[in-house]
Amino acid sequence: MLLLAIDTSANASAALLETTGAGVAVLGSFTSLVGNDHAEVLAPAIEALLQDAGAVRPDAVVVGVGPGPFTGLRVGLASAKTLAFVWDVALHGVMSLDAIALEAVATEPTGDFTVAIDARRKELYWARYHHDGLLADGPHVSLAEELPPLPTFGAGAGLYSERLAAIGATVVPGFDQAHPSAVSLGTSAARSLAAGRELLSTEPLYLRESDAKVPAVMKGKLL
Amino acid sequence: MSLSAPLVLGIESSCDETGVGIVRGTDLLVNAVASSMEEHVRFGGVIPEIASRAHLDAFVPTLEAALEEAGVKLADIDAIAVTSGPGLSGALMVGVAAAKSLALATGKPLYAINHLVAHVGVGVLDGGQLPEKLGALLVSGGHTEILQVNSLTDDVRLLGATIDDAAGEAYDKVARLLGLGYPGGPVIDALAKEGDPKAIRFPRGLTLPKFVGSAEEPGKHRHDFSFSGLKTAVARCVEQYQKRGEEVPVADIAASFQEAVVDVITSKAVRACKEHGIENLLLGGGVAANSRLRALLAARCASAGITLRVPPRELCTDNGAMVAALGAQLVAAGITPTGLGFSTDSGQPVSLISLAA
Ligand SMILES: [Zn+2]
Repeated sequence: MLLLAIDTSANASAALLETTGAGVAVLGSFTSLVGNDHAEVLAPAIEALLQDAGAVRPDAVVVGVGPGPFTGLRVGLASAKTLAFVWDVALHGVMSLDAIALEAVATEPTGDFTVAIDARRKELYWARYHHDGLLADGPHVSLAEELPPLPTFGAGAGLYSERLAAIGATVVPGFDQAHPSAVSLGTSAARSLAAGRELLSTEPLYLRESDAKVPAVMKGKLL
Repeated sequence: MSLSAPLVLGIESSCDETGVGIVRGTDLLVNAVASSMEEHVRFGGVIPEIASRAHLDAFVPTLEAALEEAGVKLADIDAIAVTSGPGLSGALMVGVAAAKSLALATGKPLYAINHLVAHVGVGVLDGGQLPEKLGALLVSGGHTEILQVNSLTDDVRLLGATIDDAAGEAYDKVARLLGLGYPGGPVIDALAKEGDPKAIRFPRGLTLPKFVGSAEEPGKHRHDFSFSGLKTAVARCVEQYQKRGEEVPVADIAASFQEAVVDVITSKAVRACKEHGIENLLLGGGVAANSRLRALLAARCASAGITLRVPPRELCTDNGAMVAALGAQLVAAGITPTGLGFSTDSGQPVSLISLAA
């Protein structure tokens, strides 16, 4: 099955995978090096991936549903939803932190671990996983101090290594710059599907309200 | 494809309306709009994050509804057009991401077009090709501009614009001050009919000689607008009544505020037309529905010998049909499509009618 994976929870990222059961071959992948160019680069990258693979359309689309900064996240979701609609192919959501968890499992952790990425405003998006990569708890958004005292994977851990060390959580070397990648996201999705697990809908995991405040004058107070 | 009457699908997401419209040349086939307006009511104005979330939810259903209502298949479309700016950046990105994906998956050419020029382009759907010596007055919650339209597809100039709040924004803020709810335009317009527009003399922004100058030596803001001082003046006025323990004459304030807005907009628009050889004026934007603006503009245009054209209300507010209409004009004029590599431009100038490839 030809699978297009998209994740824009951090940098814009896309991958074209050929899957046979749990087996995954990467036909091509793209990751932007810039943080805020999602709307600009994602579509041309997907077009190039398909052209290079000589494919007109994939058989399914999977997309990272966050958590992640909202504006970039929506670019991936709007793209995936529209592509799947036009191509008339299956569409699945995957929690974006699962992509890093898949890479973490490859290091053979002995127990539970945490995946954390930057949530801005001095907070982290994070989730706790079992040693085999199954989600145990989350995702959440909070200060670093609220993470469990576990080995922590992901760029969010790199940002707050001292504060995490203070609560007994350690930053796993080699993972302190890790962002969710479409290759890992797609691989994780393919394995879940092969194992008969359900994937998510494409409902974004914002984890935060819009922050809009009702002005005093709207609450019935004049001036 | 028929170059003279191409089938174009237009996408709009620059503010709180998710619009998908389809036109064939100058014929409107469908104008599907989903609005998140209700979600902004309790805040008294458009909240960009709420608008962006709503665009993401609404896009595919709106697209599907538009295609079904028009009885059009994506395969039949000749080109796609999308608003790339100006507008709210996060909101624009949802429509642009969707439009790019639509173009990618269908293989159709994509035009990234200017929202303000699309407000002018929509005129072709109501009465066909636009006349020469054309100008446009655009008034909405997001913009207030006077444009000179030498050619819809390659020469549009900005003659004047607001230097602070948009007129519709001033209506919303004043409605909030007066406890009238959101959106402010319709409620103030209705209430103004019961009040005396001469009761209070509110300031007309940027009308002092130092800003206006003369036709020969125009001042820096001859054709520009400013509404933030007016909003402050209304707040002061309400405050005065409250301090004195008197009842606030809401209808008189609404009428006097509306008169100040409409007087300055129409007099500046007509002057700009006269000084730039504009004989035909098109009114666009959501505030085009305002009864006093329409009446005073019609009267002042008539006495200046200017022909006024006002498209139907649903084409004046933000919508996808206006984007499609301008897109069709660009296709017919042989303009090269933009392709997939562009960025949104929240401050896109009117001179950029469509982004270059
Ligand atoms: Zn508009």
